[in-house]
Amino acid sequence: MSDLSGQIAVVTGASRGIGRATAEILAAQGATVIGTATSEQGAEAISEYLGAGGKGLRLNVTEEGAIDAFIAQVQKEFGAIDILVNNAGITRDNLLMRMKDDEWNDVIDTNLTSVFKLCKAVMRGMMKKRKGRIVNIGSVVGTTGNPGQANYCAAKAGLIGFTKALAKEIASRGVTVNAVAPGFIDTDMTKALTEDQKEQIFATIPSARLGKPEEIAAAVSFLVSPGAAYVTGETIHVNGGMNMA
Amino acid sequence: MSTIEERVKKIIIEQLGVSEDEVKPEASFENDLGADSLDTVELVMALEEEFETEIPDEEAEKIRTVQAAIDYVNNHSAD
Repeated sequence: MSDLSGQIAVVTGASRGIGRATAEILAAQGATVIGTATSEQGAEAISEYLGAGGKGLRLNVTEEGAIDAFIAQVQKEFGAIDILVNNAGITRDNLLMRMKDDEWNDVIDTNLTSVFKLCKAVMRGMMKKRKGRIVNIGSVVGTTGNPGQANYCAAKAGLIGFTKALAKEIASRGVTVNAVAPGFIDTDMTKALTEDQKEQIFATIPSARLGKPEEIAAAVSFLVSPGAAYVTGETIHVNGGMNMA
Repeated sequence: MSTIEERVKKIIIEQLGVSEDEVKPEASFENDLGADSLDTVELVMALEEEFETEIPDEEAEKIRTVQAAIDYVNNHSAD
Protein backbone atom coordinates (compact mmCIF):
# COMPACT_ATOMS: atom_id res chain seq x y z
CA MET A 1 0.00 0.00 0.00
CA SER A 2 1.23 3.45 -0.83
CA ASP A 3 1.56 6.24 1.66
CA LEU A 4 -1.08 8.94 1.24
CA SER A 5 -0.26 10.96 4.34
CA GLY A 6 -0.87 14.66 3.98
CA GLN A 7 -3.34 14.12 1.14
CA ILE A 8 -6.96 15.23 1.26
CA ALA A 9 -9.42 12.75 -0.24
CA VAL A 10 -13.14 13.20 -0.88
CA VAL A 11 -15.30 10.09 -1.27
CA THR A 12 -18.97 10.64 -2.09
CA GLY A 13 -21.59 8.19 -0.90
CA ALA A 14 -19.34 6.86 1.86
CA SER A 15 -22.00 5.55 4.27
CA ARG A 16 -21.97 1.98 3.06
CA GLY A 17 -20.68 -0.48 0.53
CA ILE A 18 -18.02 0.53 -1.98
CA GLY A 19 -17.83 4.13 -0.74
CA ARG A 20 -17.21 3.10 2.82
CA ALA A 21 -14.62 0.47 1.87
CA THR A 22 -12.84 3.10 -0.26
CA ALA A 23 -12.92 5.73 2.49
CA GLU A 24 -11.51 3.18 4.93
CA ILE A 25 -8.65 2.02 2.72
CA LEU A 26 -7.60 5.60 1.86
CA ALA A 27 -7.69 6.57 5.54
CA ALA A 28 -5.68 3.44 6.39
CA GLN A 29 -3.02 4.70 3.96
CA GLY A 30 -2.81 7.99 5.81
CA ALA A 31 -5.06 10.27 3.75
CA THR A 32 -7.44 12.64 5.47
CA VAL A 33 -10.77 11.41 4.11
CA ILE A 34 -13.94 13.43 3.83
CA GLY A 35 -16.82 11.04 3.24
CA THR A 36 -20.25 12.27 2.24
CA ALA A 37 -23.74 11.06 3.05
CA THR A 38 -27.12 12.51 2.14
CA SER A 39 -28.27 12.76 5.75
CA GLU A 40 -26.80 14.40 8.85
CA GLN A 41 -27.10 11.05 10.61
CA GLY A 42 -25.19 9.33 7.84
CA ALA A 43 -22.45 11.96 8.02
CA GLU A 44 -22.08 11.39 11.76
CA ALA A 45 -21.78 7.64 11.22
CA ILE A 46 -18.96 8.28 8.73
CA SER A 47 -17.16 10.54 11.21
CA GLU A 48 -17.47 7.71 13.71
CA TYR A 49 -15.95 4.94 11.59
CA LEU A 50 -13.22 7.21 10.20
CA GLY A 51 -12.21 8.46 13.64
CA ALA A 52 -8.98 10.42 13.37
CA GLY A 53 -8.78 9.48 9.68
CA GLY A 54 -11.27 12.10 8.56
CA LYS A 55 -14.80 13.33 8.77
CA GLY A 56 -18.28 12.76 7.40
CA LEU A 57 -20.15 15.66 5.84
CA ARG A 58 -23.69 15.93 4.54
CA LEU A 59 -23.95 16.36 0.79
CA ASN A 60 -26.94 15.87 -1.47
CA VAL A 61 -25.33 16.07 -4.91
CA THR A 62 -28.61 17.04 -6.57
CA GLU A 63 -29.29 20.06 -4.34
CA GLU A 64 -28.76 23.35 -6.16
CA GLY A 65 -25.48 24.92 -5.05
CA ALA A 66 -24.71 22.13 -2.58
CA ILE A 67 -21.60 20.86 -4.36
CA ASP A 68 -19.89 24.25 -4.56
CA ALA A 69 -20.68 24.95 -0.91
CA PHE A 70 -19.37 21.52 0.09
CA ILE A 71 -16.09 21.89 -1.81
CA ALA A 72 -15.59 25.37 -0.36
CA GLN A 73 -16.14 24.01 3.15
CA VAL A 74 -13.68 21.15 2.64
CA GLN A 75 -11.03 23.47 1.25
CA LYS A 76 -11.47 25.89 4.11
CA GLU A 77 -11.39 23.24 6.80
CA PHE A 78 -8.83 20.81 5.36
CA GLY A 79 -7.08 22.42 2.38
CA ALA A 80 -6.95 21.72 -1.35
CA ILE A 81 -8.34 18.36 -2.45
CA ASP A 82 -5.82 15.84 -3.84
CA ILE A 83 -8.12 12.89 -4.45
CA LEU A 84 -11.77 12.80 -5.55
CA VAL A 85 -13.67 9.52 -5.67
CA ASN A 86 -17.09 9.95 -7.29
CA ASN A 87 -18.96 7.03 -5.87
CA ALA A 88 -22.43 8.32 -4.89
CA GLY A 89 -25.04 6.60 -7.00
CA ILE A 90 -28.63 5.44 -7.03
CA THR A 91 -30.81 3.07 -9.04
CA ARG A 92 -34.43 3.60 -10.12
CA ASP A 93 -35.00 0.44 -12.11
CA ASN A 94 -37.88 0.06 -14.51
CA LEU A 95 -38.46 -1.29 -17.96
CA LEU A 96 -38.11 1.55 -20.42
CA MET A 97 -41.73 1.29 -21.51
CA ARG A 98 -42.75 2.07 -17.94
CA MET A 99 -39.88 4.36 -16.97
CA LYS A 100 -41.02 7.79 -15.81
CA ASP A 101 -39.18 11.01 -16.53
CA ASP A 102 -38.40 11.30 -12.81
CA GLU A 103 -36.76 7.89 -12.74
CA TRP A 104 -34.60 8.86 -15.68
CA ASN A 105 -33.73 12.32 -14.40
CA ASP A 106 -32.98 11.25 -10.81
CA VAL A 107 -30.45 8.68 -11.98
CA ILE A 108 -28.77 10.96 -14.53
CA ASP A 109 -28.60 13.85 -12.03
CA THR A 110 -27.22 11.81 -9.15
CA ASN A 111 -24.91 9.47 -11.06
CA LEU A 112 -23.65 11.64 -13.91
CA THR A 113 -24.38 15.37 -13.53
CA SER A 114 -22.95 15.34 -10.00
CA VAL A 115 -19.67 13.98 -11.36
CA PHE A 116 -19.43 16.86 -13.81
CA LYS A 117 -20.08 19.37 -11.03
CA LEU A 118 -17.71 17.82 -8.50
CA CYS A 119 -14.88 17.45 -11.01
CA LYS A 120 -15.32 21.05 -12.11
CA ALA A 121 -15.27 22.25 -8.52
CA VAL A 122 -11.98 20.50 -7.63
CA MET A 123 -10.28 21.23 -10.96
CA ARG A 124 -8.83 24.65 -10.18
CA GLY A 125 -7.04 23.40 -7.06
CA MET A 126 -5.64 20.31 -8.76
CA MET A 127 -4.43 22.23 -11.82
CA LYS A 128 -2.66 24.74 -9.62
CA LYS A 129 -0.94 21.96 -7.68
CA ARG A 130 -0.11 20.16 -10.94
CA LYS A 131 -1.26 17.04 -9.15
CA GLY A 132 -4.54 15.26 -8.55
CA ARG A 133 -6.42 12.00 -8.81
CA ILE A 134 -10.01 11.56 -9.85
CA VAL A 135 -11.63 8.13 -9.78
CA ASN A 136 -15.18 7.66 -11.00
CA ILE A 137 -17.06 4.56 -9.94
CA GLY A 138 -18.85 3.17 -12.99
CA SER A 139 -20.48 -0.19 -13.45
CA VAL A 140 -20.14 -3.25 -15.61
CA VAL A 141 -23.65 -2.56 -16.93
CA GLY A 142 -22.39 0.68 -18.46
CA THR A 143 -20.57 -1.58 -20.91
CA THR A 144 -22.87 -4.61 -21.12
CA GLY A 145 -26.32 -3.05 -20.63
CA ASN A 146 -28.94 -4.55 -18.33
CA PRO A 147 -32.70 -4.79 -18.83
CA GLY A 148 -34.64 -2.52 -16.50
CA GLN A 149 -31.69 -0.18 -16.08
CA ALA A 150 -31.63 1.98 -19.20
CA ASN A 151 -31.22 5.07 -17.01
CA TYR A 152 -28.44 3.59 -14.86
CA CYS A 153 -26.62 2.05 -17.83
CA ALA A 154 -26.78 5.35 -19.72
CA ALA A 155 -25.36 7.25 -16.73
CA LYS A 156 -22.56 4.72 -16.19
CA ALA A 157 -21.64 4.57 -19.89
CA GLY A 158 -21.70 8.37 -19.94
CA LEU A 159 -19.32 8.37 -17.01
CA ILE A 160 -16.74 6.42 -18.99
CA GLY A 161 -16.86 8.87 -21.90
CA PHE A 162 -16.63 11.76 -19.46
CA THR A 163 -13.63 10.14 -17.78
CA LYS A 164 -11.79 9.81 -21.08
CA ALA A 165 -12.53 13.36 -22.22
CA LEU A 166 -11.46 14.96 -18.95
CA ALA A 167 -8.38 12.74 -18.78
CA LYS A 168 -7.27 14.08 -22.16
CA GLU A 169 -7.97 17.67 -21.18
CA ILE A 170 -5.87 17.69 -18.03
CA ALA A 171 -3.27 14.94 -18.37
CA SER A 172 -0.60 17.55 -19.09
CA ARG A 173 -1.24 19.07 -15.66
CA GLY A 174 -0.39 15.93 -13.70
CA VAL A 175 -4.02 15.13 -12.94
CA THR A 176 -5.26 11.64 -13.78
CA VAL A 177 -8.90 10.69 -14.31
CA ASN A 178 -9.90 7.05 -14.32
CA ALA A 179 -12.90 4.85 -13.71
CA VAL A 180 -13.43 1.62 -11.85
CA ALA A 181 -16.31 -0.47 -13.16
CA PRO A 182 -17.51 -2.94 -10.54
CA GLY A 183 -19.45 -6.04 -11.47
CA PHE A 184 -21.92 -7.41 -8.94
CA ILE A 185 -20.67 -6.46 -5.51
CA ASP A 186 -22.17 -7.46 -2.19
CA THR A 187 -23.76 -4.13 -1.19
CA ASP A 188 -27.20 -2.79 -0.32
CA MET A 189 -27.68 -1.99 -3.99
CA THR A 190 -27.32 -5.63 -5.05
CA LYS A 191 -29.26 -6.87 -1.98
CA ALA A 192 -32.28 -5.29 -3.67
CA LEU A 193 -32.02 -7.88 -6.47
CA THR A 194 -34.46 -10.78 -6.43
CA GLU A 195 -33.25 -14.40 -5.98
CA ASP A 196 -34.10 -15.07 -9.62
CA GLN A 197 -32.05 -12.10 -10.76
CA LYS A 198 -29.13 -13.22 -8.58
CA GLU A 199 -29.17 -16.76 -9.93
CA GLN A 200 -29.13 -15.51 -13.48
CA ILE A 201 -26.27 -13.19 -12.66
CA PHE A 202 -24.19 -15.86 -10.89
CA ALA A 203 -24.40 -18.03 -13.98
CA THR A 204 -22.57 -15.30 -15.89
CA ILE A 205 -19.75 -14.74 -13.36
CA PRO A 206 -16.74 -17.05 -13.85
CA SER A 207 -15.69 -16.38 -10.23
CA ALA A 208 -19.20 -17.60 -9.25
CA ARG A 209 -19.60 -15.19 -6.37
CA LEU A 210 -20.38 -11.56 -5.61
CA GLY A 211 -17.42 -9.25 -5.27
CA LYS A 212 -16.54 -7.57 -1.98
CA PRO A 213 -16.55 -3.78 -1.59
CA GLU A 214 -12.89 -4.04 -0.49
CA GLU A 215 -12.04 -5.52 -3.89
CA ILE A 216 -13.27 -2.34 -5.58
CA ALA A 217 -11.54 -0.15 -3.00
CA ALA A 218 -8.27 -1.92 -3.82
CA ALA A 219 -8.51 -0.83 -7.45
CA VAL A 220 -9.26 2.75 -6.38
CA SER A 221 -6.29 2.60 -4.04
CA PHE A 222 -4.03 1.63 -6.95
CA LEU A 223 -5.33 4.43 -9.17
CA VAL A 224 -4.68 7.11 -6.55
CA SER A 225 -1.18 5.80 -5.75
CA PRO A 226 1.96 7.53 -7.08
CA GLY A 227 2.69 4.37 -9.09
CA ALA A 228 -0.42 4.95 -11.22
CA ALA A 229 0.69 8.40 -12.43
CA TYR A 230 0.87 7.18 -16.05
CA VAL A 231 -2.57 5.54 -16.02
CA THR A 232 -5.28 7.94 -17.18
CA GLY A 233 -8.58 7.74 -19.03
CA GLU A 234 -8.65 4.05 -18.19
CA THR A 235 -11.51 1.97 -16.86
CA ILE A 236 -10.50 -0.91 -14.60
CA HIS A 237 -13.11 -3.64 -14.66
CA VAL A 238 -13.44 -5.54 -11.40
CA ASN A 239 -16.13 -8.10 -12.02
CA GLY A 240 -14.94 -11.67 -11.43
CA GLY A 241 -14.55 -12.16 -15.16
CA MET A 242 -18.18 -11.57 -16.10
CA ASN A 243 -17.19 -9.04 -18.75
CA MET A 244 -13.73 -8.73 -20.19
CA ALA A 245 -13.35 -5.41 -21.93
CA MET B 1 3.20 48.55 -5.34
CA SER B 2 3.71 47.42 -8.92
CA THR B 3 1.50 48.72 -11.69
CA ILE B 4 -1.31 46.67 -13.22
CA GLU B 5 0.78 46.24 -16.34
CA GLU B 6 3.68 44.78 -14.33
CA ARG B 7 1.40 42.45 -12.38
CA VAL B 8 -0.29 41.18 -15.54
CA LYS B 9 3.05 40.58 -17.24
CA LYS B 10 4.40 38.76 -14.20
CA ILE B 11 1.43 36.38 -14.28
CA ILE B 12 1.89 35.75 -18.00
CA ILE B 13 5.58 34.99 -17.46
CA GLU B 14 4.80 32.58 -14.62
CA GLN B 15 1.84 30.85 -16.26
CA LEU B 16 3.29 30.40 -19.73
CA GLY B 17 6.93 29.97 -18.71
CA VAL B 18 8.14 32.65 -21.14
CA SER B 19 10.84 35.28 -20.70
CA GLU B 20 10.16 38.92 -19.97
CA ASP B 21 11.32 40.24 -23.35
CA GLU B 22 8.86 37.93 -25.16
CA VAL B 23 5.91 39.51 -23.38
CA LYS B 24 5.40 42.37 -25.83
CA PRO B 25 2.03 44.17 -25.85
CA GLU B 26 1.02 42.76 -29.22
CA ALA B 27 2.18 39.21 -28.46
CA SER B 28 -0.59 36.61 -28.87
CA PHE B 29 -0.70 33.93 -26.18
CA GLU B 30 -1.42 31.13 -28.61
CA ASN B 31 0.51 32.27 -31.69
CA ASP B 32 3.57 33.92 -30.14
CA LEU B 33 3.85 32.58 -26.60
CA GLY B 34 3.09 28.92 -27.28
CA ALA B 35 -0.03 28.67 -25.13
CA ASP B 36 -2.65 26.00 -25.75
CA SER B 37 -6.35 26.41 -24.90
CA LEU B 38 -5.86 25.02 -21.39
CA ASP B 39 -2.98 27.46 -20.77
CA THR B 40 -5.25 30.35 -21.71
CA VAL B 41 -7.95 29.13 -19.31
CA GLU B 42 -5.36 28.85 -16.54
CA LEU B 43 -4.04 32.31 -17.36
CA VAL B 44 -7.53 33.78 -17.03
CA MET B 45 -7.96 31.92 -13.72
CA ALA B 46 -4.69 33.38 -12.47
CA LEU B 47 -5.75 36.89 -13.50
CA GLU B 48 -9.05 36.39 -11.69
CA GLU B 49 -7.23 35.45 -8.52
CA GLU B 50 -4.61 38.19 -8.69
CA PHE B 51 -7.17 40.93 -9.28
CA GLU B 52 -9.99 39.36 -7.24
CA THR B 53 -12.48 39.52 -10.06
CA GLU B 54 -14.52 37.13 -12.15
CA ILE B 55 -13.98 37.26 -15.88
CA PRO B 56 -17.07 36.06 -17.79
CA ASP B 57 -16.47 33.47 -20.54
CA GLU B 58 -17.41 35.84 -23.36
CA GLU B 59 -14.86 38.37 -22.09
CA ALA B 60 -12.22 35.71 -21.44
CA GLU B 61 -12.42 34.63 -25.08
CA LYS B 62 -11.34 38.11 -26.16
CA ILE B 63 -8.23 38.12 -23.99
CA ARG B 64 -5.81 36.76 -26.56
CA THR B 65 -2.87 39.15 -26.34
CA VAL B 66 -0.77 40.72 -23.63
CA GLN B 67 -2.32 44.14 -24.29
CA ALA B 68 -5.85 42.71 -24.22
CA ALA B 69 -5.18 41.28 -20.76
CA ILE B 70 -3.78 44.57 -19.48
CA ASP B 71 -6.70 46.49 -20.97
CA TYR B 72 -9.25 44.15 -19.47
CA VAL B 73 -7.83 44.51 -15.99
CA ASN B 74 -7.45 48.27 -16.34
CA ASN B 75 -11.09 48.59 -17.33
CA HIS B 76 -12.48 46.23 -14.72
CA SER B 77 -10.27 46.54 -11.71
CA ALA B 78 -11.20 48.43 -8.58
CA ASP B 79 -7.62 49.49 -7.83
